[in-house]
Amino acid sequence: MTSDVQIPSAMPLYTDDDVVRVRAQVRQFAVEIGLSLVDQTKVVTAASELARNTLRHAGGGEARLQILQRENMRGLHLAFSDRGPGIADIGLAMTDGYTSGGGLGLGLGGAKRLVDEFELTTEVGKGTTVVIIKWKRF
Amino acid sequence: MSQPSSNILADVINKYEAELTNDWKRTLTQVSVGTGLESELAQLCTQFLPLFSRAVQRAAQENINSTEWDEARNLLAEFSRLRARQGFTPTQTAMFIFSLKQPLFSLFRREFATQPAELADATWLSNTLLDQLGLFTVEVFQQSRDQIISRQQQELLELSTPVVKLWQNILALPLIGTLDSSRTQVVMESLLQKIIETGAAIAIIDITGVPTVDTLVAQHLLKTVAAARLMGADCIISGIRPQIAQTIVHLGVDLEDVITKATLADAFVVALQRTGATLSPTLKA
Ligand SMILES: Nc1ncnc2c1ncn2[C@@H]1O[C@H](COP(=O)(O)OP(=O)(O)OP(=O)(O)O)[C@@H](O)[C@H]1O
Ligand SMILES: [Mg+2]
Repeated sequence: MTSDVQIPSAMPLYTDDDVVRVRAQVRQFAVEIGLSLVDQTKVVTAASELARNTLRHAGGGEARLQILQRENMRGLHLAFSDRGPGIADIGLAMTDGYTSGGGLGLGLGGAKRLVDEFELTTEVGKGTTVVIIKWKRF
Repeated sequence: MSQPSSNILADVINKYEAELTNDWKRTLTQVSVGTGLESELAQLCTQFLPLFSRAVQRAAQENINSTEWDEARNLLAEFSRLRARQGFTPTQTAMFIFSLKQPLFSLFRREFATQPAELADATWLSNTLLDQLGLFTVEVFQQSRDQIISRQQQELLELSTPVVKLWQNILALPLIGTLDSSRTQVVMESLLQKIIETGAAIAIIDITGVPTVDTLVAQHLLKTVAAARLMGADCIISGIRPQIAQTIVHLGVDLEDVITKATLADAFVVALQRTGATLSPTLKA
């Protein structure tokens, strides 16, 4: 049986302050489901990368945070979506060191390595959604 | 038929609760209260209406500050605080309550089509109460917003930690707070400036107080280290806690060219050795 807890609404991502807020909320949820300090730091950092990408590469969007409740485990389900330009070449975007402008080009690949599940959906001209999940290990 | 208007009001709401809830939800989707909030607001409508009618029935006066209104006020306070944290506007927050007026008033017009006195009473009473409740959400919103702002100002304040001279030729920059704002740039530049002024050989950047090190923060650090190097100073990054170290590795940030130490004290020891090693021959001579 599952009964997921969701932060009731999407959190806007249009300013640096919004990124700070999302990070703080992710941290709070991470503590709530009992993630270790290392895993808290990992998921908060991954969220920070994706939130920043939403802001920087798509001009803004929103984050949806959810606590997943499965029979014997809990997890954090985070979705970042925007209606920006989309990503033409996912493989290239995921490549470490690739940046279309002035970054380190490590955000997407890094975020993927920091979490348990990572899914990127994108359509050129329509937008991008990245969903990540971090499970609490027992 | 001389019921108090509060009873009339409560009766009508109870009788048409389902219909009214639906009309309210529909009105909410028409006014701008933020995107993607439909399901949350719908739930809130369903929760709020029974609390509203119960309070109306029990409370003696037209004043939402009495204890009979506690439950309704608590629900709204929680909602307003959340909105403030999420960065919405006070108007978007208050609209939730104000948008109940239209469906409620049209319900009254239908129900009391032949009873003008009742119509006037019910409309007047609910209008007074909803205005008070709407203002209440704005008040709570403002309070939480103020708290958030003063906390953010605190963070900015902390981030302006000055560059300190630890020893001859050794500078330290203890960073505290979230490194998001443009202030990061300012702080880093002030370090470079100080290196020029003092001709320091080593600068220690301590990140013990930085909660999250993502690629943007890493990039700021790397750029500062590179710029300092061009000016003849080596940087040591200290205060990298174990969880941060692991995260940096997963991110793929390469700090191999940078001297890193666990604590500011460790970094200071290294800095003393380094400057001492280059200075002592000259001192002895
Ligand atoms: N939401 C998005 N919408 C459009 N393009 C995106 C989005 N997210 C990432 N990209 C593209 O993918 C590239 C790689 O992203 P990644 O986060 O790995 O690096 P970066 O943001 O450029 O630098 P950083 O290392 O600071 O994160 C970006 O440069 C950008 O072109
Ligand atoms: Mg990025």
